[in-house]
Amino acid sequence: MRIIPPELITQKVAELVSDCNYFLPHDVVNALKEAAENEDDKKAKTILYKIIENHKTAKKGVYPLCQDTGIAVVYLESGNEVSVSGDIYRAINKGVEEGYSKSFLRKSVANPLTRSNTGTNTPAIIHTSLIKGPNIRISIMTKGAGSENKGAMKMLSPADGAQAIMDFVLETVKKAGASACPPYIVGVGIGGNMETCALLAKKSLLRSVNDFNGGDKEALKLEKDLLREINMLGIGPLGFGGRTTALAVKVETFPCHIASLPVAVCIQCHSARHKTITI
Amino acid sequence: MKRITVPLDSETIEDLETGDEVMISGVIYTMRDAAHAKITEMIKKRARLPFDLANQVIYYCGPTPAKPGNIIGSCGPTTSSRMDSFTPLLLEHGLKGMIGKGERSAEVKDAIHKFGAVYFSALGGLGADYARDVKKSEVIAFPELGPEAIYRLEIEDFFAVVIDDAKGNDLYMQLSVN
Repeated sequence: MRIIPPELITQKVAELVSDCNYFLPHDVVNALKEAAENEDDKKAKTILYKIIENHKTAKKGVYPLCQDTGIAVVYLESGNEVSVSGDIYRAINKGVEEGYSKSFLRKSVANPLTRSNTGTNTPAIIHTSLIKGPNIRISIMTKGAGSENKGAMKMLSPADGAQAIMDFVLETVKKAGASACPPYIVGVGIGGNMETCALLAKKSLLRSVNDFNGGDKEALKLEKDLLREINMLGIGPLGFGGRTTALAVKVETFPCHIASLPVAVCIQCHSARHKTITI
Repeated sequence: MKRITVPLDSETIEDLETGDEVMISGVIYTMRDAAHAKITEMIKKRARLPFDLANQVIYYCGPTPAKPGNIIGSCGPTTSSRMDSFTPLLLEHGLKGMIGKGERSAEVKDAIHKFGAVYFSALGGLGADYARDVKKSEVIAFPELGPEAIYRLEIEDFFAVVIDDAKGNDLYMQLSVN
């Protein structure tokens, strides 16, 4: 059994939340560049290049990509041949607190009723799963509220089928409109139950922009159809019109009850900040 | 591209049209959810406000903390619709402009028209680049709110687009019709 000290987890998590907020992932930058080249609308093109410029400013390490440096969503995958010599959840939260403080990130976590700020950007939202092997994998998404607020979940009827799923996703993207900072990456979770479809939708955003769901023919079709339809809505980069309303659509499925068709849509803004490391 | 200075005078407002791209220079005040709630309460109690709303422009923004030696941190716009329920009262008390992102409610658009004000959208998610347009920054009220405090910002050539002009036009509506 491999033993990892909690201090190492804390240090790595602090680095991750900082990296997320100053460095946009390469695949997102490339997708933005490609969209800028393919955009016919002059204003939309200009805005896409401005988004790319902002990423260049942020990576110098002085100003984070966005003032909403997010709430930290942590996907913890722990191997069955590794153990942390201490409280791993405490270590993660300590890492989030240190990272947000040392890297001058905004602390945006508050009590939901009193609205009093916790002052540390904790607690993080931690999802844990078990994997094989001697390693711990940590993925962190620092997700802003502008896009998160536009997510939606609906219990459809099995009889409604794929068209109802398409309609619900399109309606959700339309409602997000200009507010949630398009071009979006749209995560869609289908099946499972109420919480499972939401988890699928959110976690799908960790996939690379160019990664299509190759393992599931129907999901792949939905990804392609939805992307085409969304980009015909005309919302465009930051809502000023154009064909680039989404860079990608990610569909994940899970079997569900014969009487159910749960669907969740998670909207990710153009500042799609996430990073994964293996310890 | 139009160059305008803030606070806004009536001539400038009359000249602005939906869809105009503008470079804004002058003084603006940040206010988001918590500050709006506090200011609204103060107006209702007829208390003295931390700044006179007349002709001013509010920026819906909660910046990141400034790194040592810097004026401000990242400072892009937040979603305007969360402020909708507070906005008509502020317009009634002399506010002339708002900078944020995204659509406003019908009530807000009506109030913008009625009181001859203007609503701009800044570019969401471009907070790093907006930081460079801020020449001076000072917390003038509610420091206990942290990023939600009211900051007085001196800005230079701050890019925004007119969404709702004083004549009652709305850019998002125009785009969806087209």
